[in-house]
Amino acid sequence: MTGTKSGSAVSTHSATAARPTKLRASGINKTFSRDGVVTPVLENVNLEVGEGEFLCLLGPSGCGKSTLLNIMAGFLDPTAGTVTVDGKPVEGPDPRRIFVFQERGVFPWLTVEGNIGFGLFRLPKAERERRIAHYVQMVGLQGFEKAYPQELSGGMKQRVEVARALAVDPDMLFLDEPFGALDSITRLIMRRELLRIWQAERKTIIFVTHDIEEAVQLSDRVVVMSTRPATIQTIVEIDIPHPRDLSSARYLELRDGIFDQIGLAHKI
Amino acid sequence: MKFLVRLRPFFFILLLLVLWQFAASGGHDHLFPTPVQVGAGLVELFSQGLLAKYIIASLFRVTWGFGLAVLTAIPAGLTIGWNRRLEMALNPLLQLLRPISPLAWIPISILWFGVGDMAAIFLIFLASFLPLTLTAISAVESIPPVFVNAGRNFGLGSWELVWRVLYPSVMPRLIIGIRITLGIAWLVVVAAEMIAVNSGLGFLIVDARNAGNRYDLVVAGMVTIGCIGLLLDTGMRSLEKIRSLRWTY
Repeated sequence: MTGTKSGSAVSTHSATAARPTKLRASGINKTFSRDGVVTPVLENVNLEVGEGEFLCLLGPSGCGKSTLLNIMAGFLDPTAGTVTVDGKPVEGPDPRRIFVFQERGVFPWLTVEGNIGFGLFRLPKAERERRIAHYVQMVGLQGFEKAYPQELSGGMKQRVEVARALAVDPDMLFLDEPFGALDSITRLIMRRELLRIWQAERKTIIFVTHDIEEAVQLSDRVVVMSTRPATIQTIVEIDIPHPRDLSSARYLELRDGIFDQIGLAHKI
Repeated sequence: MKFLVRLRPFFFILLLLVLWQFAASGGHDHLFPTPVQVGAGLVELFSQGLLAKYIIASLFRVTWGFGLAVLTAIPAGLTIGWNRRLEMALNPLLQLLRPISPLAWIPISILWFGVGDMAAIFLIFLASFLPLTLTAISAVESIPPVFVNAGRNFGLGSWELVWRVLYPSVMPRLIIGIRITLGIAWLVVVAAEMIAVNSGLGFLIVDARNAGNRYDLVVAGMVTIGCIGLLLDTGMRSLEKIRSLRWTY
């Protein structure tokens, strides 16, 4: 346990320079056209994400950060620019990179077990069952294996979705405001859970949020995005080791710095 | 106690039957037969073997007409709903055909198939095809995109996506549509049998009137149609209770 902790502290301090690049987005532009009106959403976004990094995309609602996440995950094509993962261009969604929608993505016709095992259809039965059991336990849903999503709370559904994503052992997770629909207490618990899982499994995580506190609590770096058309306004490195003290001077300093950044963006 | 509560609707029906008996027996039984007369009519039909024969004839036609419609309309509707362009092309036609009563097709179906089972089956097929197609189209269009995206994300191929995401997504709506359409098919079979064939419950009603104004048999036929319609609907409702099909989003 202590080993994991100090390990993460070292990696957060050493930041991105030490990590090999996992994902690179270069010159990303995206425009949507509807009824002949062309709306630019993303403008010349350049971003590198290191292997095993926890990165937050932070910006006001509707700024285009979800669009950027969808492009990086391969669900949307950029109007211009390229995304590469491990040096290879992204050409569509891939089981090695799982997108976690809010709990809306849980399949309501499958049980907890069925959902967690959804992506394991190519594995032999015994291995599949072993993994389902492992991830049921990891997200603390023992006893709910046979339950259907409508019998679960929002937080439990969210855990099912995270477990379903982890079960296929992806290199990367894309999370799109995953805890946005949860109450504030559950949200805090889920953040801690996610950090615990991230430290245990060492996935590269890109996490979209509009919640400044959430971004500073979770990530190695916070990418602050401007309003539409979104560009990267600034990137803030969060050099506080986990577990983070939310009343420490450094935490408050970083948080307030981002508040100022967003505030400036609002005034313009 | 619980048993008595469950029996309440039956007591109520019994009460209505008694009221009906009193209302109709006061010298008006030439206008509407009494329940006793209707019961006697049912017994008469049953003992002649006609009741079973006609029920089977009607069910046979519904099974074929409705079954063929389910087998063709649902894949067609799912395909149309999945392809936006196809839907835009076909929608005006579907909307034009929709307000035409299936009974308006009776002359055409007799022209094509003659008087007989085929004409009746064709009518039931027509009556079921359009509502089922429209249900399937709207079922596909209401699938939340996250389900499809999640399916693709886990590396599902096209057929796996259809089988593991599309099919379970549309089932709840589809089952409701199938149940409602079966009700329509059962309405149409009676009408079709009045004109296009010489057997079945619809034929029984017309025949009983034509062959000597046997209104007791007419009402006996109506009661039978109602009971079987109720049974069909109950059967379909039990499908809706299946766990993995019952979810809604």
